Amino acid sequence: MIPTPDLSHLTKDDFEHVYEPAEDTFILLDALEQDAEELRNLKPSFCLEIGSGSGCVSAFIGTILGSSASMFLCTDINPLACRATLKTGTRNKIPLEPVQCSLTAPLLPRLSHSVDVLLFNPPYVPTFREEAEDAQGHRGIQGAWAGGAAGMEVTQHLLDIVQELLSETGRFYLVAVKQNDVPAIRRKMLEVYNLPSEIVIQRQAGREHLFVVKFFRQHITIMK
Amino acid sequence: MVRLITHNLLACHVKGCTRNNFPLLFENVQIEIQESDFNPDFLRNFMPKLEWKALVDAARQLGDTSLPLEQPEMVDEEFLKALHHVLLEIHVMEGAMVCQNCKHVYPISNGIPNMLLAEHEIG
Ligand SMILES: C[S@@+](CC[C@H](N)C(=O)[O-])C[C@H]1O[C@@H](n2cnc3c(N)ncnc32)[C@H](O)[C@@H]1O
Ligand SMILES: [Zn+2]
Repeated sequence: MIPTPDLSHLTKDDFEHVYEPAEDTFILLDALEQDAEELRNLKPSFCLEIGSGSGCVSAFIGTILGSSASMFLCTDINPLACRATLKTGTRNKIPLEPVQCSLTAPLLPRLSHSVDVLLFNPPYVPTFREEAEDAQGHRGIQGAWAGGAAGMEVTQHLLDIVQELLSETGRFYLVAVKQNDVPAIRRKMLEVYNLPSEIVIQRQAGREHLFVVKFFRQHITIMK
Repeated sequence: MVRLITHNLLACHVKGCTRNNFPLLFENVQIEIQESDFNPDFLRNFMPKLEWKALVDAARQLGDTSLPLEQPEMVDEEFLKALHHVLLEIHVMEGAMVCQNCKHVYPISNGIPNMLLAEHEIG
């Protein structure tokens, strides 16, 4: 058992502005725990979490890998989420490195084909498009869930750069719900970007049917 | 915490700013030294991923001249200790990073770099 990160430094007030870990967070922790051995064997240099919120997930992977074994980069558009992530790192003795930005914008050129573990628990709730756009602009708590059409408007932008980001042995863990159309996401990633995937875990949690999907590079075995 | 390991990864992403947009230059910085665990394996794996000149220049800007201008071929303990300190123990807490090309200013406050752009600046 890998202990769930200590978040006791965050208060009810903090969670007015920063996403409080919930079922979608925990299913991602469960998926990482299940893959712990494999993740350690990868010997990652770069772990990158998009939308780190409280920092819970990155602190957890830091605990799996060891605090000095990799770099733990985090991004979030919400400045209070970045602060919470920094504090959660300190509290759990994992050097989390929050950068306030959308997706990976300032990191993309340098991280091209370098990210070993990419994580995203996105704003996946289907909403009106304007609601998602406003939420992205306001950088507050609504941005934690408002996902626009099919809940995919933010995620979609990331899907288009995953191929560019992943290292040779890199993998990408994505949290999704049924309304996001997981089979369509997987088909697109395979057909357009040649990235196969597998469902690591899926479960019903209250009204949500949650998935963690893992994408990786196709490894072609050369036949003799 | 903007450590030099992070600075080594950040480029200006203002619309149209695609040349000479890396590395960003530090301005009016306040730094703090915080010790961290020394992991030679991590450093060895990380070395080829660094933009070496950008790292050496950034360290010099912050007053640290312990790194050689060229990455050495022989990597010994003493060198790795210096690299560890420069990459992981110098924290920029306040100040800014400025693009050499378009002069866009990215503020750093409480150890967090704000790399967000306004809608019209996004490419
Ligand atoms: C569902 S919450 C997940 C938070 C945390 N990772 C967890 O699992 O508990 C989604 C997070 O993504 C952030 N976010 C939304 N849009 C983003 C974007 N364009 N770039 C980076 N982060 C974003 C939100 O601010 C929020 O912190
Ligand atoms: Zn610029």
